Amino acid sequence: MKEKIVYGLGAIAMLILVRDINVIAGLPEEMQQGAIFKIIFFHVPMAITAMIAAAVALVASVLFLITKNFRFDSLAVGVTEVGLAFLAGNLVTGSIWGHVIWGEWWAWDARLTSALVCWILYAAYLMLRGAVEEPTQRATFAAVWSIFSFIDVPIVIFSIKWWRTQHPQPVFWGGGSFPPDWTKVFLWQMLAMVLLACVMTVVRVGQEDAQRELDSLRRTAHAM
Amino acid sequence: MNFLRQVMVVAAKDLRAELRTKEALNGSLAFALVILLLFSFAFDPTGDTTREISGGLLWIVFAFAGALILNRSFARELPNDCLDALIAAPISGAALFLGKALANYCLLLAMEAVSLPVFGIFYSVRWTAQLPELALVLLLGTWALTVIGTMTSALTVNIRLREVMLPMLTYPMLVPALMGAMQLTMALIAGTPINKENVMWLKMLVGFDAIYTAVSLVLVETVLVG
Repeated sequence: MKEKIVYGLGAIAMLILVRDINVIAGLPEEMQQGAIFKIIFFHVPMAITAMIAAAVALVASVLFLITKNFRFDSLAVGVTEVGLAFLAGNLVTGSIWGHVIWGEWWAWDARLTSALVCWILYAAYLMLRGAVEEPTQRATFAAVWSIFSFIDVPIVIFSIKWWRTQHPQPVFWGGGSFPPDWTKVFLWQMLAMVLLACVMTVVRVGQEDAQRELDSLRRTAHAM
Repeated sequence: MNFLRQVMVVAAKDLRAELRTKEALNGSLAFALVILLLFSFAFDPTGDTTREISGGLLWIVFAFAGALILNRSFARELPNDCLDALIAAPISGAALFLGKALANYCLLLAMEAVSLPVFGIFYSVRWTAQLPELALVLLLGTWALTVIGTMTSALTVNIRLREVMLPMLTYPMLVPALMGAMQLTMALIAGTPINKENVMWLKMLVGFDAIYTAVSLVLVETVLVG
């Protein structure tokens, strides 16, 4: 039953995405930037989803350290992997936009650099997990690393406020404005991305739980 | 024993062990020289552009050569199960961490104190122009290096692929601090004082040090004991 609900939600997320792409294609082009501006409907929701994922990973890691309940560890690793994928999408869409508008794939400003560092830190989280054999130690070290990595997230978010960056100021937070119907599309996109991320995380957490159960059965079999 | 005394005992023990063998210090100094030598092939050492980026080069030297000292911090306790004895000792993980960090800090500063003049000579950089400010940046940046390095050293001491994981964890985590230290050092060596433009970096360096020291002190017990 739970699986059906999860995959059902996944299907709904995909439907919203398809609908949004259709709507976005029908929107008029932006005055200065043209069609490429519409990438913002993917770039920004992906970034926000990745940040939410990082926050969930932080909470799950702290809860694991307090309770030592492995379900929180599964949640932390699941949501980190999904967040990493979304952040990668964010970096790639940003790069495509930069190539058209700046004429460069990459600019070394505070925003881009800190987002990349964030990505590397969470990738290191997954590598660290791979390097520790013992499950409790693995979960503990990973949780500590997740907390350490999260400290970098505010730096990413505030980098555009602290330093003058080449990255544009945000539309919603930096005094820019969106026409109301664009805002509506944006919010639908946000919903689709977050829903998709939730579904992927639930599936991934299920896999992680199954893997742990398998490992414990294998250990029991060895002990007998 | 109160906390401070415990910290001092651990720091003195580590410094004594290091000064008897001098293995990490010598290795780190030699490595710093090698990196300075290698940079001279990559960039024209007398060019004006090199002088402009020299603050950045300096921190790369410190970060790479310092890693040799920081790597050894917990790993040297592995033979004869010294690490288990240290953890079993009636001191908190925070005291152990802070003691080791202090010892590492002294060793890193010693390495920097030798490489800085050598760097000045090799690249004809006048680094003494704003010495007190530069010293402040060095102290803050080195503490960032020490805290992150000591923590990752504790994290990786018992895991597979320690040598691979350590730099993979340390350097990305250090980026905000290294960025700040590099920007400030470049400005100071070029003769620009700390002003409204770059004081943000100094604030970030202080914030980085404070936050990561606090988080490390809270979490190190979990890492060492589980």
